[in-house]
Amino acid sequence: MDTALQHQTSVGTTIAPAPWGRVRRSRHVADRALKIICTLFTVLGAFVLGWILLMLLVEGIGGLSPAVFTETTPGPGTQGGGIANAIVGSLIMTVLGIVVATPVGVLAGTYLAEYGKSSKLAEVIRFVNDILLAAPSILIGLFVYMLMVQPMGGYSGWAGGVALAIIAVPVIVRTTEDMLRLVPGSLREAGAALGAPMSTVIIKISWKAARAGMVTGVLLATARIAGETAPLLFTALNNNFWFNPNLMGGVANLPVMIYQFALSPYENWRELAWAGALIITMSILALSVVARLLLRKDKVR
Amino acid sequence: MSTIALNTSSAVGKAAAGNAEAPVRIAVRDLNFYYGDFRGLKDINLDFYDRQVTALIGPSGCGKSTLLRTFNRIYSLYPEQRADGEILLDGQNILSPSIDVNELRARVGMVFQKPTPFPMSIYDNIAFGIKLYERLPKSELDGRVEEALRKAALWDEAKDKLRQSGMSLSGGQQQRLCIARTIAQKPEVILLDEPTSALDPISTGKIEELIEQLRSEFTIVIVTHNMQQAARISQFTAFMYLGELVEFGPTTKMFMNPAKKQTQDYITGRFG
Repeated sequence: MDTALQHQTSVGTTIAPAPWGRVRRSRHVADRALKIICTLFTVLGAFVLGWILLMLLVEGIGGLSPAVFTETTPGPGTQGGGIANAIVGSLIMTVLGIVVATPVGVLAGTYLAEYGKSSKLAEVIRFVNDILLAAPSILIGLFVYMLMVQPMGGYSGWAGGVALAIIAVPVIVRTTEDMLRLVPGSLREAGAALGAPMSTVIIKISWKAARAGMVTGVLLATARIAGETAPLLFTALNNNFWFNPNLMGGVANLPVMIYQFALSPYENWRELAWAGALIITMSILALSVVARLLLRKDKVR
Repeated sequence: MSTIALNTSSAVGKAAAGNAEAPVRIAVRDLNFYYGDFRGLKDINLDFYDRQVTALIGPSGCGKSTLLRTFNRIYSLYPEQRADGEILLDGQNILSPSIDVNELRARVGMVFQKPTPFPMSIYDNIAFGIKLYERLPKSELDGRVEEALRKAALWDEAKDKLRQSGMSLSGGQQQRLCIARTIAQKPEVILLDEPTSALDPISTGKIEELIEQLRSEFTIVIVTHNMQQAARISQFTAFMYLGELVEFGPTTKMFMNPAKKQTQDYITGRFG
């Protein structure tokens, strides 16, 4: 102890005073308090998420069985059954939505980042896109009901796909634009300096440089629409049968199935709803993980 | 003052003397340049000689990069920038609207301050520029890629990893890749915008050697902040200040016996 003190004083002239020595005690307390509060609320958020996942696992796994993936949804009062028709219906409409939304979103995002930049039109589009991003999804369902369901004379998978596409487009526009803006301008100049026209610079250089981010955007949009319920209520509805090959009439799907079955008085329906919820959540989780991995792999390279 | 002057004068000895007999490749006549309302270049008149290295020097913001960026009209990517006057490349005014800028840029190559490898393989980085204007069978394309890499002194380091990403190379190698990409198009003029300012001394040395070799084939214009570099590698030097050309002449004369006091002061490090 004594030697340590002596050592301190011998170098004391050159080293700075102890870190907290000159800071008022109240600041020290405030610093610690903020840290503790932030940590506490982070834990709270994570705890709720963990609880949801745990509940889903406990309740959902009990409902899982081979029949879930092979049989169609049971009618009222019948025993057993599965949700194969809802799984396939959801897959079809999600794929339909993303196939429609990807070209629209990617090209619009490219316009905003490459051609429009700071033009008036681009600013208006960006503003409208942000509104669309925040629009209540039930409104989009109603819109597509007016646009397609009424004129076509009934619910259809097509209308469901279009409603999901409208939800996905603004997400893809936004991520595409953001990712293209991260591509350094010097790269575009270098392309142009070789005599490449703008279209070649965009397709061969900008898109390539932003590829991982853009694919991630599409995957996240897929995850977003896979769980959307409201837009499907007015468009694809839901039923207990395999869909028609022309996708006309209602098409069974997971989100609306969960909504209807969870509220039902039948034990087996409620079990199937839990199983469906588990399947959807796990699919979305898997998509998000893949998206993350893609981005990380690109950074390493 | 004396030490710097001594250093530069000994460096000047290494570069070949300027050959004013060489034909004029680029003639700049009454060139003015505007960034919106700001006039970045004022009535520039200047000749660049065939297969000679001309260095543009001057303090930051003097307009040397701006001048360089008019020779391939790369400024036209930005709508608020414009140039008027004449720049004659082999007698043809490249500022005229009838000129196809993409063809112009294939004739006048450019290498930037920071290395800009494209996000593709080393091979594709070089093939990219060639494929824009020529359709070649695979074997011939391979030959052109190898030739360009050899000329850029990168072949020995890159020949075993042509399929690897261009971004996996070191900074100096990336810059030589960019030079290879430019010369693969067989341009007539090469513009270098501070090509070594982001590189370490060894990589800088390699690039300077390379420029010396390329001089036999190409007309080279280089912007540099490094006075000694200008003295080492150029045959002609133009000193610019506040958007105006102050003095132009053979590098030896510019560094040993400049006509204007301003040039003398800048070269000896009194301002800038």
